[in-house]
Amino acid sequence: MDKGESVGLVGESACGKSVSALSVLRLIPYPPGIIVGGEIIFKGHDLLKASEEEMRHIRGNEITMVFQEPTTSLNPVLSVSRQLSEALELHRGLDSEASNQEAVRLLKLVGIPDAENRVHDYPYQFSGGMQQRIMIAMALSCNPSLLIADEPTTSVDVTVQAQLLEIIDNLRTQFGTSVIVITHNLGIVARYVDRVNVMYAGRLVETGPTEVIYGQPRHPYTIGLLASVPRLDLPRHRQLSVIPGLPPNLARLPKGCHFQVRCKYAIDRCSEEKPALEQVGENHYAACFRTGEMEELVRAENEG
Amino acid sequence: MRDDALIEVQDLVMYFPVLAGVARRRVADVKAVDGVSFYIKKGETLGLVGESGCGKTTTGRCILQLYDITGGHVFFEGKDLTTYRGTSLRQMRRHMQLIFQDPYASLNPRMTAGDIIGEPLLVHKLVKGKEYEEQVAELFKMVELEPRMAVRYPHEFSGGQRQRIGIARALSVRPSFIVCDEPVSALDVSIQAQVIMLLMRLREELDLTYLFIAHDLSVVRHISDRVAVMYLGKIMEITHSDELYDNPLHPYTQALLSAVPIPDPVVDRQRKRILLSGDVPSPVNPPSGCHFHPRCQMAIDVCREQEPELKDIGGEHWVSCHRV
Repeated sequence: MDKGESVGLVGESACGKSVSALSVLRLIPYPPGIIVGGEIIFKGHDLLKASEEEMRHIRGNEITMVFQEPTTSLNPVLSVSRQLSEALELHRGLDSEASNQEAVRLLKLVGIPDAENRVHDYPYQFSGGMQQRIMIAMALSCNPSLLIADEPTTSVDVTVQAQLLEIIDNLRTQFGTSVIVITHNLGIVARYVDRVNVMYAGRLVETGPTEVIYGQPRHPYTIGLLASVPRLDLPRHRQLSVIPGLPPNLARLPKGCHFQVRCKYAIDRCSEEKPALEQVGENHYAACFRTGEMEELVRAENEG
Repeated sequence: MRDDALIEVQDLVMYFPVLAGVARRRVADVKAVDGVSFYIKKGETLGLVGESGCGKTTTGRCILQLYDITGGHVFFEGKDLTTYRGTSLRQMRRHMQLIFQDPYASLNPRMTAGDIIGEPLLVHKLVKGKEYEEQVAELFKMVELEPRMAVRYPHEFSGGQRQRIGIARALSVRPSFIVCDEPVSALDVSIQAQVIMLLMRLREELDLTYLFIAHDLSVVRHISDRVAVMYLGKIMEITHSDELYDNPLHPYTQALLSAVPIPDPVVDRQRKRILLSGDVPSPVNPPSGCHFHPRCQMAIDVCREQEPELKDIGGEHWVSCHRV
């Protein structure tokens, strides 16, 4: 991803989206987790080759993360000002007075009313939406180059979700921070990101510009996922298309394409070979053997 | 009373006491449901949407008389459920069932799936001897599970399959009315569609009436004939599902709709956005007048002072707002 770009990572639970994000920060618990291969290039350097000390300098400073559940991610026994100033003192070398002022400024930035007084409160004194704002303030405290938001709005209400996503989006345009949004909600991704990556059972199955992924999806999983959600703007009696079955157990993955058992377009080749990501359009890649005929297949099915 | 209503709720009030101090004195009330009235016609699905803490789950549970309600009446087939107690209430409950939100917490981990689904049959003495197993097998097939899975325990099933077990358990006593309390919120996107389609098929086949509670407006609109929007213990708007999207009249409904992103960037970017400020206030101390006024962009003086009534504006469209 480029500087200032926002990218979505979509998929169902246990498809590997959070693990991908945690790997970027090398936060995978070891043991049992091992990053077996690959590279994570950040500003030209491979993070997997960085020492633990270099990583400590990057985490919370250059790359930050907003976690899914603010209630469990904030420390309940430390005041908000203490939690915010920790990173400020560590990475930006501010003294306690300056970091306190900076904490207030950050809270104002994310829209917490009465920030001067509330900065001394403890997490339990804030609502879920407010706690998530504090998490965002914390993530932004060191002007990161990359912000990873892991299901930032799953535990909040829909009107608060809209507020939080607007905040993240405004900050991106204001400070040029790149943003990765991890979510299972296809709507959020459509509204806020430039590019979408779709994951299934530990692999990237399709990636491309947002308009293309929603307009001309080529992977059967993406097509199925889009057709299976009820939409506010479409007629109510539209039949939802159902993807049969369950996502596979990651310890016993099927041979060939991981999606093949649930795929209505599967052919013999799909159960033998693993499809690689291939270009199907401008900046648009999909991992499927039948991408070429996909448009016709879908049209034939809609007519029949 | 409407003649065609299976369920009619009149001025339902449910307060939960807030106790404090050593003496556990009642210091305040959580006004979870504060004067709610609506009806559900036979064979109809009424959707109930709102944000967390707005009282939608409490409303569902009050209908089933799972709480001792503070005030109001609930009629089922014309009979006032609030007058029933003990055995007679339990017999009435056979006709009304509940599907829970969390498929992990709502199944007893020490019972097999077969026992879970069959237990209501035994409790209500609906079957004898050999019929029992046939019935249980039949229920498994009805929710698209295989009867041979009856010997398994809940932990051996996936989230979607567990929700199917919960649905089969609700269906076992052949109810006419089911409260579906966020039945798909805990499930993955591809599994949600499976369960929604299952619920819709069962409704046709078994002639069921649903109260469908959820916070996801697109899911609610898809499955419901009419939708009621709740905010802080009150109903803000009730209308037909299509009308809700085409012609929402209450400012809260409008904001709620605009906050739901549509999974199509081309359509979504053309929509008007209304961003609400702040959070939902506490139901212990709701705002004066219209409960929504502190977050409402259209609020005028009268909204702060006087509580709006739920008015019929024609065509089964009810709105509670001074400015409509």
